Amino acid sequence: MKITTVRRISQLFFFALFLWFCIVATVGDKFWQIRNWPINWFLQLDPLVALGTILSTGKFYGPLHCALGVVILTIIFGRFFCGWICPFGAIHQFVGYLGNRGKKVAEKIRLNIYRKAQCVKYLVLIFFLGMAAFPSLASSLQTGLLDPIPLVTRSFQLVLLPILDRGTYLTSVNARYYEFGWLILAVFATAVLLNLIIPRFYCRFICPLGAFLAIISRFSIWRIGKTKPQCINCKTCEKSCEGGCEPSGNIKIAECVLCFNCRDDCKHDLIVYQTVSSLAGETQVDVSRRGVVLSFVSGVLAAPAIRLSGKVASNWYSGVVRPPGALAEPEFVKRCLKCGQCMRVCPTNVIQPAGIEGGLEGLWTPILNNRIGSSGCQLNCVACGQVCPTSAIRPITLDEKGGLGEFASAGPIKLGIAFVDQGRCLPWSMDKPCIVCQEDCPVSPKAIFTKDTFTTVRDGVVSVKKLTGDSIEIDQSIPAGKFGTGDYYALFEDGSRCKIASNTDTSIGISEGKLPASAGKVEIQVRLQRPCVDIEKCTGCGICEHECPVTGKRAIRITAEGETRSKDRRLLL
Amino acid sequence: MTEPNQINPPDVGRINSARRQLLIRGAKAAASIAAAVGVARWLYDPKGLGAKKVPDTFFGEVKGLPDFSVPRKDGQVISIVQGQDRAKTASKAIELLGGIERFISPGDIVVIKPNVGFATPSILGATTHPDVITAVVKLCYEKGKAKKVIVTDNSINDPASCFTISGISKAASAAGAEVVMPKDSYFSPLTLEGGSLIKDWPVYCAPFAKANKLIGIAPLKNHHRSAASMTMKNWYGLLGGRRNVFHQDINNIIAELAMLIKPTLVILDGTVTMMTNGPTGGSVSDLKKTNTMIASCDMVAADAFGSSLLNLKPADLPYLSIAEKAGVGAVDYESLKPLRAEVI
Repeated sequence: MKITTVRRISQLFFFALFLWFCIVATVGDKFWQIRNWPINWFLQLDPLVALGTILSTGKFYGPLHCALGVVILTIIFGRFFCGWICPFGAIHQFVGYLGNRGKKVAEKIRLNIYRKAQCVKYLVLIFFLGMAAFPSLASSLQTGLLDPIPLVTRSFQLVLLPILDRGTYLTSVNARYYEFGWLILAVFATAVLLNLIIPRFYCRFICPLGAFLAIISRFSIWRIGKTKPQCINCKTCEKSCEGGCEPSGNIKIAECVLCFNCRDDCKHDLIVYQTVSSLAGETQVDVSRRGVVLSFVSGVLAAPAIRLSGKVASNWYSGVVRPPGALAEPEFVKRCLKCGQCMRVCPTNVIQPAGIEGGLEGLWTPILNNRIGSSGCQLNCVACGQVCPTSAIRPITLDEKGGLGEFASAGPIKLGIAFVDQGRCLPWSMDKPCIVCQEDCPVSPKAIFTKDTFTTVRDGVVSVKKLTGDSIEIDQSIPAGKFGTGDYYALFEDGSRCKIASNTDTSIGISEGKLPASAGKVEIQVRLQRPCVDIEKCTGCGICEHECPVTGKRAIRITAEGETRSKDRRLLL
Repeated sequence: MTEPNQINPPDVGRINSARRQLLIRGAKAAASIAAAVGVARWLYDPKGLGAKKVPDTFFGEVKGLPDFSVPRKDGQVISIVQGQDRAKTASKAIELLGGIERFISPGDIVVIKPNVGFATPSILGATTHPDVITAVVKLCYEKGKAKKVIVTDNSINDPASCFTISGISKAASAAGAEVVMPKDSYFSPLTLEGGSLIKDWPVYCAPFAKANKLIGIAPLKNHHRSAASMTMKNWYGLLGGRRNVFHQDINNIIAELAMLIKPTLVILDGTVTMMTNGPTGGSVSDLKKTNTMIASCDMVAADAFGSSLLNLKPADLPYLSIAEKAGVGAVDYESLKPLRAEVI
């Protein structure tokens, strides 16, 4: 079998595996739903994930240990990950192949020449690493924006699969929503479509992971190269060169993604994978020192520049409600990859990719939007923390979330607090009974309690004509049938109150209580249970907000005040 | 060189070719024009939607649900069984009413509507206990010779989580029932004739498409807005859309649901009663052992009796009298001579 065939099988296999791990990142009890599938395996393999978090946190997070294997293998063999494993790379290669079918050989060779601009990806890498590297200034992990594994993960999890699910319902019972999905798709689609201009455009010019692997493959023991300094210079080897690394001449070895197409295409078997450098010459990473310094300094300064907004300090936006177990914001942004796994696994779809409300660096990080999904954050679920690859959301237990067992003294994890908007709440401002929020509050005792009150309805003071048995005849006209719902009462001048059972336009029937002997006027009152939040009990789960019948802007809303993860946002004494 | 005044012979070939081109293009242009005019004519709407009589619904309305009830037998309307073992008390309660054979005929397709509103484990009593579901599904299959039993609800929390965490999915599947999760497409707009609230409102109709029997199985729970959530309130789970607006008139919506839905049988599980913090509960301290299972053909009677387990009077539940006036059932359950038994 040709080595390129083996490579294609490898790419297909890993792409299928990636797709499978995307599909199974769904809560449920079917075999194709989340059992013990290692759904983060690709993210854990990604050395840039490991490097980024090492720089931002100073620690090598245990579950990322697979990345070390990739680093070691890259040091020995070169960028095999790009050419053989990376699912995003496989997509690029395939789309590039589709886009270049039928083109003349000379045209293909021209497309695959080495371009000086391929050094941009190193600058991208160094910029992002600079952003993460100085905790004393402001360390922010932004590699996930362009790191291919988080990028392709979130594109599949939050956009492509949900789109596929519309109408087919393959992986979810009902349509799933992701608020900034369009932007994720735009980035993904742009990256993929650029292959029609130059094959593997993303890999050659942008990919920071590829750049990192290129740098560490500098001392690789085996490398592609020519066995003779001269050949007939037919350049057939560059016809399908994926890396754009110029194997025909002085090979830019850092750009080589080990596709082995050159080795296959050379009719004279002059190109081999060998332990010596190409006899036609070899160039290492080709990037100017000035560029490196400039992008590193830019990155180092970019992080504190973004922080000038104060969004990670006192100017934090109250709508940034993070999932249960999320670290405090400064620590959170050092770890979150924006990979979207938590948003995909969340059974209620309440976790959403943020816009820039949490600051520029918070783009696509997880926030809770209780208006989306099937329910707020359910008490008996900790799925998001279990799947987070970098522990930006800690893997908490149900006991810790609920403040049970050994966590009883700490109390439940609060995501925020529910605030009643009395100007929009039906019982508070419209004199309509409701309390759906109280009904669905899952905490025991309920965090939402009611203050019960009687209020006279509009035009509700009517003069009495006659009192007979259990009915009141009145002098003026009232809407027939309106007050017989069990929520209305008749208040008499002596302070006694009777429940209204029914009414016509001129009489009121009483079901409970005794009519006074005589009355001149009667007030029709509605009994209202007005919801109030017990700040000590409320966990900010958002079920009340989700269920509130005031559907546009909810009359009860969660904001992040009082969230457990930040001491400086506490509200309770 | 050509003479300046010489007339060239016409290039017949070229002219013919040009004529052919013109004819072909002309024919295609005519076809295109005809197509454009045809489509315009076909889709032509002179007044727009607003000018028409506003349709009641865009989707085609469903008029009511089928009547799933079986002929009434005086003296066998409601049974109340004391005991702790739900499987035994439920079976006994049904037996007292004439056995499952009275309700389920061979070949029936039965829908069971438990309360699967919340994603909490069964021990917290916020959802129908799986043991009752197992017992009833088994009865339907084994003695009733039902063809198929469907267990479904439109949950409040995430449906998949509710069915899994409550243990209902597992129990129902193990007993051979089909568990149906709600999908957006399962709801059809429905209007209750004589009702004032259920008008062109999405109702969970799809599971009933082929069913001919319906059994409601509800836990017995405190409810701050409606005082109690029992067999009648259980039908709230069949409403779709932003159903919570109906909390403004909770008593009438419960009564209208009871008018709309004519079940074969309802079962009220008062083995434990959620005395406080309902209908979600959340702690076993909200529960009280009341060791009672009620089976009834009359849901008003069942709920009227059930209110006593919550230390309430039927008058505390205005929806009971509203439903009684509408002819749904009898508040005075003693007048129906409940059949009583105790199983240990």
